Amino acid sequence: MSKSYVIVAEVRDGKLRQVTLEAFQSVALVKEDGDPVSVIIMGHQISAIAEQLSQYVSGQVYVIDHVDLKTYNAEIQFPLIKEVLNTLNPHAVFLGHTAVGRELAPMIAAYLEAGQLSDVIAIEKSETEVLYTRPLYAGKAFEQKKFSHTPQVVTIRPNNIVAADTIDSHAQIITIDYVPPSSLRSIVQDVIRKTSGKVDLTEAKIVVSGGRGVKSVDGFKPLQELADVLNGAVGASRGACDAGYCDYALQIGQTGKVVTPEIYIACGISGAIQHLAGMSQSRIIIAINKDPEAPIFKLADYGIVGDLFVVVPLLTEEFKRALA
Amino acid sequence: MNIYVILKQTFDTEEKIVIQDGDIPDDGVKYVINPYDEYALEEAIRQKEQHGGSITVVSIGPSRTAEALRTALALGADQAVLITDDRIESDEFSISKVLSAYFANNQPYDLILGGNFSIDNGGGQVGIRLSQLLNIPHVASIIKLDVYDDHAIVSRDSEGDTETVKVTLPALFTAQQGLNEPRYPSLSGIMKAKKKPFHHFTIDDLGLTASEIIAKTQRVSLFLPPSRKSGHILQGELNEQASQLVHLLQQSDVLGI
Repeated sequence: MSKSYVIVAEVRDGKLRQVTLEAFQSVALVKEDGDPVSVIIMGHQISAIAEQLSQYVSGQVYVIDHVDLKTYNAEIQFPLIKEVLNTLNPHAVFLGHTAVGRELAPMIAAYLEAGQLSDVIAIEKSETEVLYTRPLYAGKAFEQKKFSHTPQVVTIRPNNIVAADTIDSHAQIITIDYVPPSSLRSIVQDVIRKTSGKVDLTEAKIVVSGGRGVKSVDGFKPLQELADVLNGAVGASRGACDAGYCDYALQIGQTGKVVTPEIYIACGISGAIQHLAGMSQSRIIIAINKDPEAPIFKLADYGIVGDLFVVVPLLTEEFKRALA
Repeated sequence: MNIYVILKQTFDTEEKIVIQDGDIPDDGVKYVINPYDEYALEEAIRQKEQHGGSITVVSIGPSRTAEALRTALALGADQAVLITDDRIESDEFSISKVLSAYFANNQPYDLILGGNFSIDNGGGQVGIRLSQLLNIPHVASIIKLDVYDDHAIVSRDSEGDTETVKVTLPALFTAQQGLNEPRYPSLSGIMKAKKKPFHHFTIDDLGLTASEIIAKTQRVSLFLPPSRKSGHILQGELNEQASQLVHLLQQSDVLGI
């Protein structure tokens, strides 16, 4: 009997998120030929995105398009998702391990009385089972887990599984009427967008990160300039956040975010164990630090011993030239 | 106001992880309250200071977990509940089900606070699952909490954006960094903690059977990440090093330049 797979797609700043395409690929790794894959997309003025999604799945694209869905609110979205899930009776539901996915996935799992594997970075399928690799202690160790029951819920860490390609068939787009919840227990009153137009830290291909050595709020400016040239994002160590140089939203480490970019540039970061847990799986690590004995140099691919306020602007200029 | 804090005891963040015989040994490991749960506990204490009421800290874990709960009592919680049972497996379905059975027997609750995720398993599921099982609203990853009569106004961190959300009570909130600055226990707090109520439960006490909480997922293997070799420290004048580095990255093909 065929098994039904569902992906909850995610839109940010009017665009489909890359991690949704990575979720498609994850399902492709797991499913058997002939298993239908459907996708749920919610938002406002998303017909073009629905069209785009239809090129990736063999089942249906369920679209709920309404101005109330412009701002994400789990209390509004979740009942709509439940309705679709009731129709599809899914074997497994896949989401991105993003702010939205991290919230919706456990709600779905609780509703389906399902097991959930969060923050999955790799999937291996044999003839008998599917193994999901996920981090423990923010990446100080890893475990492989499998489901012992169905249904199943999986969240995929951005940047770890290659994005899916479009497929030959074209999915049917099903528009579902928006039904506002009868009573709303939570209302989003206001959203302050600090990240609009910026590259998301967990999805960034290049991260420029600052530690205590950055010394002040202003000290992050040269890091931001370098990140802008590279179309990357700025991160920080716990030391920099605790000192008040930047927002906790930027913190990378065992407390904070785990990032796995192509290039991680650590500026003025000594390399405490708790920070290394959050970035040591980056593909290339570059360390810039005045102290040649800083532990960060022990795992850096390339190290520059020097003052970050001299080195970072030099790098910005060099990259500008190289990318011109 | 009845405030509950769900907390977990975890390894200290500075602990290195080793694997022995397919498991992570905990000999000599320093345990702490999960850092995100510490923010939740601190917030509970501040809310009680402002609005009055009582704080109950609830944890599931082996007997060593009592130490984390005693710390919570010393910090200002009024009573502790430790649910210890070998039949509870490390699976978020099972854990949330056990907690929901506890809360079903312990109404009313106005606020349930927990951490955004635990720094060991990092699943980030239990709090949100619990809110669903109790059919109360939740807001995840909060950085500010103001409680009024029948509702709360919270700020939530959503990947760097800040959302302000109005929520009816009772509700469950998970704490993000920046919510507050946790305090340290005082000597008098530690002394007082010894006299505070401390309850121990098994799943039988909660009216559950083992078959209701069977784990939905299983660990198959455990491994350490490949260790990184230290690379090379560039030499020469800093401007030469900068151009050398860009050149090396161009060769490595990651930049697409």
